Amino acid sequence: MATQEHSVGQKRFDQWLPKLVVAPSFILSLIFIYGFIIWNGYLSFSTSRMLPNYEWAGMVQYESLWQNARWWVAIKNLGIFGVLFIGIGTMLGLFLAILLDQKIRVEGALRSIYLYPMALSFIVTGTAWKWILNPSFGLEHLVQSWGFPNYTFDWLVNPEKAIYTVVIAGVWQSSGFVMALFLAGLRGIDDSIIKAAQVDGASLPRIYWRIIIPSLRPVFFSTIMILAHLAIKSFDLVMALTNRGPGYSTDMPASFMYTMAFERGQLGVGAASSTMMLAMLAAIVVPYLYSELRGYKKNG
Amino acid sequence: MSVKLSTMFKVLAVAGVTTLAGAAFAGEVEVLHWWTSGGEAKSVAELKKMLQAKGHTWKDFAVAGGGGDNAMTVLKSRVVSGNPPAAAQIKGPAIQEWAAEGGVADISAVAKANNWDKVLPPVVASQMKYKGKYVAAPVNVHRVNWLWINKAALDKVGAKAPANWDEFFKLADKFKAAGIIPVAHGGQDWQDFTTFEAVVLGVGGAKFYNQALVKLDQTALKSPTMLKALQTFKKIHTYTDKGAPGRDWNLATAMVIQGKAGMQIMGDWAKGEFQAAGKKPGSDFVCAATPGSANAYTYNVDSFVMFQQKDPANAKAQADLAASILSPEFQQVFNLNKGSIPVRTDAKMDAFDDCAKQSNKDFLATAKNGGLQPSIAHGMAVSPAAAGAIKDAVSNFWNTDSVTPQQAQAQIAQAAMTK
Repeated sequence: MATQEHSVGQKRFDQWLPKLVVAPSFILSLIFIYGFIIWNGYLSFSTSRMLPNYEWAGMVQYESLWQNARWWVAIKNLGIFGVLFIGIGTMLGLFLAILLDQKIRVEGALRSIYLYPMALSFIVTGTAWKWILNPSFGLEHLVQSWGFPNYTFDWLVNPEKAIYTVVIAGVWQSSGFVMALFLAGLRGIDDSIIKAAQVDGASLPRIYWRIIIPSLRPVFFSTIMILAHLAIKSFDLVMALTNRGPGYSTDMPASFMYTMAFERGQLGVGAASSTMMLAMLAAIVVPYLYSELRGYKKNG
Repeated sequence: MSVKLSTMFKVLAVAGVTTLAGAAFAGEVEVLHWWTSGGEAKSVAELKKMLQAKGHTWKDFAVAGGGGDNAMTVLKSRVVSGNPPAAAQIKGPAIQEWAAEGGVADISAVAKANNWDKVLPPVVASQMKYKGKYVAAPVNVHRVNWLWINKAALDKVGAKAPANWDEFFKLADKFKAAGIIPVAHGGQDWQDFTTFEAVVLGVGGAKFYNQALVKLDQTALKSPTMLKALQTFKKIHTYTDKGAPGRDWNLATAMVIQGKAGMQIMGDWAKGEFQAAGKKPGSDFVCAATPGSANAYTYNVDSFVMFQQKDPANAKAQADLAASILSPEFQQVFNLNKGSIPVRTDAKMDAFDDCAKQSNKDFLATAKNGGLQPSIAHGMAVSPAAAGAIKDAVSNFWNTDSVTPQQAQAQIAQAAMTK
């Protein structure tokens, strides 16, 4: 009798334990992520200026956001940066991974060297590249002092080109990490497929192009996901490298939000811009999660 | 009869305040500021000493970084949660914005007892008031329209400080010919804006400046004078070096100190850099009003806004803080450390250097003739939203060669309508 009671209690406890353990973090994320998303969403429809207020304003903040020339610059920059950062980062990472996968010597050391930039924060990367690219004492100055007085590389200070310097620094930072992802993917490919292809007389480039790269599809997927969210969130790199300048030519949505909400007392416009950023992220993440989860169901 | 009663009441109120001042009411005063660097920190320590001498406890609440943006973010959260500090470093039209949100303290009694209406210039006093009541205490005056010139470089090309923009460009050409970078500039948006402000003041005069950049009058913004100012402004860009974008202001000042560059347009905080390098005004460097603005003065006044305190002892400490800030002793010590000048019109200037004396002389003169104008680049003239939008347009024009002065003028006029 007593044992039975005990086992019932035990069973109930076992049922509740996981829920109990997860509950605090669940509640915290409910409040501090979803609660604040909703709060921010509400603020974007309010007349908030310096401090939050709850007077309903309709779409006013969104109208002034989309009329703001600076916001358009930020969106355009995100487009340029996003495409180039993801594109070049993925290609370069894949290329490095393929080179490293050729069973070369000191692979471990080389891998750490390429991976090392990822260990730095974007602030450090941005500051270092700011010095490297500065025309009066960086790369341009160095090459000129080597005897090429006409050499110019002034992208950092050229409002038309400055956004590309952000791409350079971003790619430098992340391509090593992408390489590591692809390297893991390459190591996971069954050797026998490649051997079979070699027996069939396929050339090495052909094997890579037709067999290996297509089988890396899941790695491509996660790489692009990681890089895409880094691109949309990118704030610290821009702040450290160009500080949104020259002028506001390298502004990004995240730095735009910071400028409006915290520097200029336009909390409503800032909230509207972060809601737009959330919408952009959702547009990328939701379809991805959907396809992933559907995949699991099929497998399970 | 009623008039008499109200006067009597006022007398009683003032008497009450003074009696309270006599009693040893020890309160705590918490002050939010972002004066954390060398000379500034020393200045704040002085204020702390004065309050401790009156028996109060000083609770330092320094939030460094971001030119005060970080401090403002912290302040917002404190005010929203109903727990504001006694005083916070807030200046310009932001004082009015904070007062409009409610929760600021009325310190008119302190102002009255210490005669603030008399010792402060009316332009400055009106910025400290909300609906006729003092809510803030001013600390210092920075002059923004200064031109700093390396004396050795000036002697080398055999010129004197330029009195107008034509002379400025002639001098710049001479510097260029002598192999000196004519204008040391830091290409950050607020520095572009500081230069722009000086040009508008020099080209259009104080009255035009007031119409265009303080009242944001559309006719003034679209006038030929503004166009001329924009053309002059853009011309300065051709005399800066390639490394300018993103450079900090003190690095630009260092170029002038070392003689690599000839001159810099910057507020009087640049003087601290010269002095830290052991340079003397007059013999090593020249401070002059920016071209064409000898009779005008763009000011940047730091101030502390007082917030309502629940505890009467703390309210008392707050009143003592306000009185101490404007006391002649503190004004002198603080401003000697900070490089600015006292905001009191009756301040003694003996201990100050020649540049500060000049600044004080012009401050008093322009306060009378209307040449004293709030600086738009330093958040004194218009709301942060409008100032920010205009700053964007100005900085974009400065940096982008494809934008014509006409286009820039239209963009600035458009930006001025930002609410």
